[in-house]
Amino acid sequence: MNWEIEIVLFICLLIAAFVSLYVKNLLTAVITLSVFSFFSALIYVAMGAIDVGFTEAVVGAGITGVLLIIAIYRTNRRSSD
Amino acid sequence: MERKKDNPIVSLVSRTVSPFIMLFALYVIFHGHYSPGGGFQGGTMLAAAFILIRLSLGMETSQLQFKSSWATPLGSAGVLIYFGTGLVALLFGGNFLDYGFIPFTGTVAENRSIGILCIEIGVAIAVMAIMVSIYDDLLKGSPDD
Repeated sequence: MNWEIEIVLFICLLIAAFVSLYVKNLLTAVITLSVFSFFSALIYVAMGAIDVGFTEAVVGAGITGVLLIIAIYRTNRRSSD
Repeated sequence: MERKKDNPIVSLVSRTVSPFIMLFALYVIFHGHYSPGGGFQGGTMLAAAFILIRLSLGMETSQLQFKSSWATPLGSAGVLIYFGTGLVALLFGGNFLDYGFIPFTGTVAENRSIGILCIEIGVAIAVMAIMVSIYDDLLKGSPDD
């Protein structure tokens, strides 16, 4: 139905995923992972699964980012590999 | 978390935004049985409002809002509400979690509506308490928790 919006969102999803994989600063990786989660929530909503998209937006972009930032705060900020 | 000095902008914005997040979370919980959302999403949003206060104002100040020792009893109370609704349905002659048999009101449809609302409230309380408990346990033992 609205396949153009889905293709644009999917390209943004891929960009966020690759940035979050290859960046050295782990704080940037967490933020781009939240962006990835938000775009996947938008894709769920565009495909009609509003409940799944709501859950993904609340958990992925809200709670997971905070917990990962605490994990970085307790360890090192730079990736070693 | 790391607090070099109290930033008035961050504390004012988080204190202003947090009640509105809680209000929307209550809307999501109480409309969960006929619109998108429900107990899990609403409970997670309530936990996000508490964690926002914990992040911005520090652990000592946020203990005034929600003590760390309340988390485990509240989580147990949420599970108890969930199972209690199912067991009351069992007591009145139905199957487990068969809300149509609980005599809240006259008709079976209204009984089902109120029964699923009790389930949503129990799930929301349990999820909210456990999310805040996970945050507190992750920060336990750090130099400035």
